[in-house]
Amino acid sequence: MKRVLVLFAHPKFEKSNVNKALIDEINGLENVTVHDLYEEYPDFHIDINREKQLLENHDIIIWHHPFYWYSCPPLMKQWIDLVLEFNWAYGPQGDALNGKICLNTITTGGSKEMYCSEGNNSFTIRQFLRPFEQTAVLCGMIYYPPFTVMGTHKIKEEKLLVAKEKYSKILNLLQDGLSLNEFDNSAFLNEIPQLNS
Amino acid sequence: MTGSILFQAIMFLAGAILCVSIAKRFGLSSVIGYLLAGVLIGPYVLGFIGNEGDDILHFAEFGVVMMLFLIGLEIEPKNFWKMRKTIIGMGGLQVGATMLLAYLLFIALGFDGKVALVVSMAVALSSTAIAMQTIKEKGLMDTTFGNSAFSILLFQDIIVIFMLGFIPLLANSEQTSSENSHSESFSLIQDLPVAYQTIAIILSVVLIVVAGNYLIVPMLRKVSKTGVRELLIAAALLIVFGISFLMEFVGISPALGAFLGGVVLSNSEFKHELESTLEPFKNLLLGLFFMAVGASINFIVIANNPLTIIGTLFVIILLKALILFITGSVFKLKLDQKLMLTFSLAQVGEFAFVLLSFAFGLNILGQDQMDMLLVITALSMSLTPIITMINERLILPKIGTKESIKRPMDHIAKSQKIILVGFGHFGSTVGRFLRSHGVEATILDQDSNRVDFLRKMGFEVYYGDATRIDLLESAGIAEAKIIICATNRLSVSKAISKIVKEKYPHVDLMIRTKNRYDAYELLNMGHEKVYRESLDTSLLLARDVLSKMGYRKYTLNTQLQNFRKYDEESLKRLAQEPKRDEKYIFKVKEELKQQEKFLNDDLKRGVVDFDNHWDSESMKEALKDKK
Repeated sequence: MKRVLVLFAHPKFEKSNVNKALIDEINGLENVTVHDLYEEYPDFHIDINREKQLLENHDIIIWHHPFYWYSCPPLMKQWIDLVLEFNWAYGPQGDALNGKICLNTITTGGSKEMYCSEGNNSFTIRQFLRPFEQTAVLCGMIYYPPFTVMGTHKIKEEKLLVAKEKYSKILNLLQDGLSLNEFDNSAFLNEIPQLNS
Repeated sequence: MTGSILFQAIMFLAGAILCVSIAKRFGLSSVIGYLLAGVLIGPYVLGFIGNEGDDILHFAEFGVVMMLFLIGLEIEPKNFWKMRKTIIGMGGLQVGATMLLAYLLFIALGFDGKVALVVSMAVALSSTAIAMQTIKEKGLMDTTFGNSAFSILLFQDIIVIFMLGFIPLLANSEQTSSENSHSESFSLIQDLPVAYQTIAIILSVVLIVVAGNYLIVPMLRKVSKTGVRELLIAAALLIVFGISFLMEFVGISPALGAFLGGVVLSNSEFKHELESTLEPFKNLLLGLFFMAVGASINFIVIANNPLTIIGTLFVIILLKALILFITGSVFKLKLDQKLMLTFSLAQVGEFAFVLLSFAFGLNILGQDQMDMLLVITALSMSLTPIITMINERLILPKIGTKESIKRPMDHIAKSQKIILVGFGHFGSTVGRFLRSHGVEATILDQDSNRVDFLRKMGFEVYYGDATRIDLLESAGIAEAKIIICATNRLSVSKAISKIVKEKYPHVDLMIRTKNRYDAYELLNMGHEKVYRESLDTSLLLARDVLSKMGYRKYTLNTQLQNFRKYDEESLKRLAQEPKRDEKYIFKVKEELKQQEKFLNDDLKRGVVDFDNHWDSESMKEALKDKK
């Protein structure tokens, strides 16, 4: 069973029903470590050695965060800047993360329709996530499509229930070794056919 | 054998070490230990120090002299001005009323008018040495009681000058023969007419003020330039001895001269240097002084006239206590503060020795009167620690319970599950921050004046001694989640931690400590959450210094957090080591080296020598392989 590290970053976690539901759902699952960055490093002072240790101890890395201005909250970016060190995560000797699976779990206030060439945001989620994708690739990780919960401002109770169930189901599938070529070109993990079986 | 100076010194030191350790062991003030040691080695019990008691008292007076010099140093004239109302108000009321009542009392007892006047002066003064020592030891200096006591004592210390100036005017017109003088010191002006004596006294006071500014400070500057530390110690001692000698020369108390000298030097840049230099001498000599007082309790005089002496002693203490209690009431002190004031200043002080011997030298007092009064003074000083202890252990707890129970219990139960002990500078910051987040704490504080004040400001504060389990229980410790010890008294924190550990282990204890050594003690008692008040602020300061030196603020912020982390870790490791021995020093050195290395590594971290790797061939190669 593969071990999952959920790197969670939300500066206003108290206010987020959706993320609260998602985290509550997966917190305590077997072989899943939820690592709340804003709780661990309230002063943005990231313990780099500890983070590296955590990464080495897990097989699947999830960047779980709300989508803020088409990117992640600042502490997550700080995490990327500081933890993924040269010759450890990348560079000639940087192979610590080689072969690990990496993906984003994101929540957006805007609906899915907003994120396309015709929508207000002009680009798709996958396009916005390019920097994360390339970061993962540069570190030798295998980048999976994101798990998304969109339109959180107007989300209904039932839909939220479905979303959080899907989240834990996906984690289970990933832990059991779901591979990239089984996805059938789905843009989001929420849409992969295995979820319905 | 007992005549040998070395032998006497050994007796004094051994007696002090033994008795003070025992007193401390039982949680008593060190003053009791010293007094007891004095009685034990004195001429009437073990007899190790014989009739030289007088000489020793004379020498030991340097302890009092230095204490007054140091008190003087602490009083910058402008601070003095700020406190003038309490000093003159409380001090004046206490001294005036006590003198009046004592005068009437002694007249009624059939004393001569002049004698009664001198005795009433002596009785009005309390012991700065005993009271201040106890107040400082218990850390009560910044309470209402501490402030009031300090003000009254200060007023007394000053008024003595006038008393000493006044007593010669009472002297019988025939000149006193110098063989009557108890003191071995010679006084040049003794044979002069009274008016010249007064002038001489005034002149020498002026001399001290002038010399302080134009002689002593320039001399200290010269000495400090040499950079030899012993010389500064020598200079400090020279100042104290010099002033004392001058004062004795004109026949007034050396202690007062020293006090005056201290005030004169309090504005100079050497204030703190002198303070720290003289502090160890002062403490030891004060100890010697207390021992000498203990040794000078003349049990033969007591045995000859036990009823009169015990009766007079009792009446004098009662009288002083009464006036102090009234003074406290006039100045609206709360009951507990008032009681502490009453009991800690109810003795006759060391200045009585000075005044009485002075008056005796001038033939105002007779030998038997003086003997009796000296015994009473010594006894009253010895009784003080015992009386204050009775007050602390038996009377105050009862008042405390009454005041905290007076409030309805449901009020306490309603408040949050946090108990905050101590609402001084530290605790109030904690409390205010909690409250602004909607978290109320049940606050306990031992200064009832402060409690009253805080209640007026809308804080929910309870009066009481938080080391008492019943008070903690009525404050809801059984349902509490967290206790915050914000007091600066380690003894209180330790007592609370013991209670929590034994009876309420579920309660999270967070303790403020003054420094690293206090932190060690608490860590070794098994408490993880120790907050050194000296840590964060000092780091902020160091950060700002480095910022001024050109370091970037963000870097410094990061480094500050790193330092904090390493220091906390090393604190926990060092707590295990026995303190202040070779091994500890070695370990500390190792830890410091390690910390500095870590910090240096952190500073360099992230700065890669080959910053151009984003563009380099090797990078492209590596990427190609991975794709």
